[in-house]
Amino acid sequence: MQEPTDSLEISVWRGDATGGGHIIYQVPRQPSQTILDVVTWIQREQDPQLAYRFSCRVGMCGSCAMMVNGIPRWTCRTHVQKVVQDNQLTIEPLRNLPVIKDLVCDMSEFFTKWKAAGGQFMPRKTRQDPVEPLLPDSPKRAAANAAIECINCAICYAACDVVTWNPGYLGPAALNRAWSLLNDERDSGQQARLEAIASDAGCHNCHSHANCTTYCPNELNPSASIAGLKRLAARAVFTGNL
Amino acid sequence: MLGFRIYLLQRISAMIMAPLVLLHLGVMIVVIQGGLDSAEILSRTRGSLFWGGTYGLFVLAVSVHAAIGIRVVMFEWMSFQGIKLNLVSWLVFAVLLMMGARAVYAVVA
Repeated sequence: MQEPTDSLEISVWRGDATGGGHIIYQVPRQPSQTILDVVTWIQREQDPQLAYRFSCRVGMCGSCAMMVNGIPRWTCRTHVQKVVQDNQLTIEPLRNLPVIKDLVCDMSEFFTKWKAAGGQFMPRKTRQDPVEPLLPDSPKRAAANAAIECINCAICYAACDVVTWNPGYLGPAALNRAWSLLNDERDSGQQARLEAIASDAGCHNCHSHANCTTYCPNELNPSASIAGLKRLAARAVFTGNL
Repeated sequence: MLGFRIYLLQRISAMIMAPLVLLHLGVMIVVIQGGLDSAEILSRTRGSLFWGGTYGLFVLAVSVHAAIGIRVVMFEWMSFQGIKLNLVSWLVFAVLLMMGARAVYAVVA
């Protein structure tokens, strides 16, 4: 950890889908400064054309994720002090997603895959039916709960090498969501979901590098979810359900 | 592209290979300890259905396992797809199977 100095040298990727490069900005150092504070300062004080995305500023919305020194992070919850090296920082748009402008990525592909993996909840009952009791200690509910806190910030997607090598791969967030729903006893769409996660784009493409788990800011374990999906799909093949 | 059944085939072939590798290493260590030379080893393996079956199964498992592994590398790192990817996968399988079968034949026949 380094002592604060007066100024930071920030290298920010500027450009669009056709290409771009890094521009260096000098930003004053502040106490308790976050990466999002730095980007906001640049946009307000030096370059109003800098495009970036944020909303809640407290790690709930998942919209401000960027690459910071090559690692995907929530910029609102990352203190400069934690990641700065020699008073320098590099800020780039999330990896594995097409850039719209500067630090803003196109998330369409990410959410399209989320849906393709069966990410939507398909209720078995209607609002006229009585509320279904759920046992919080049952193994299935525990597995669903362990995966459920994802806010779709796409950090795992940016961290995943398999997505880089195989752009068709559904990715850790979509598969983690599918695992959560496959363990949800209230859901009626399990067969279609099982077929989706065992498709050519499915869970078995994962090499278990676990970058998703390493960098998930919510400390979820998509790797474990994907391993669960592999077991589930294998069992389905041997029992004639796939 | 890696279908789920191909993925399963690679896992199953690994499960077959693991005990056979241990068996092979174990037997090699015991044989060396006993001081057998190659002629004496061959006199025990020739005509043996057990050793023919064991090494034949191992060669088949290796050919399947390695061909699928190389298929994934070809797809992810070299962007091979479609017929080209299938051809390379089958070629790796066939070459490994042929080489392995030749070795098994030399030991057992």
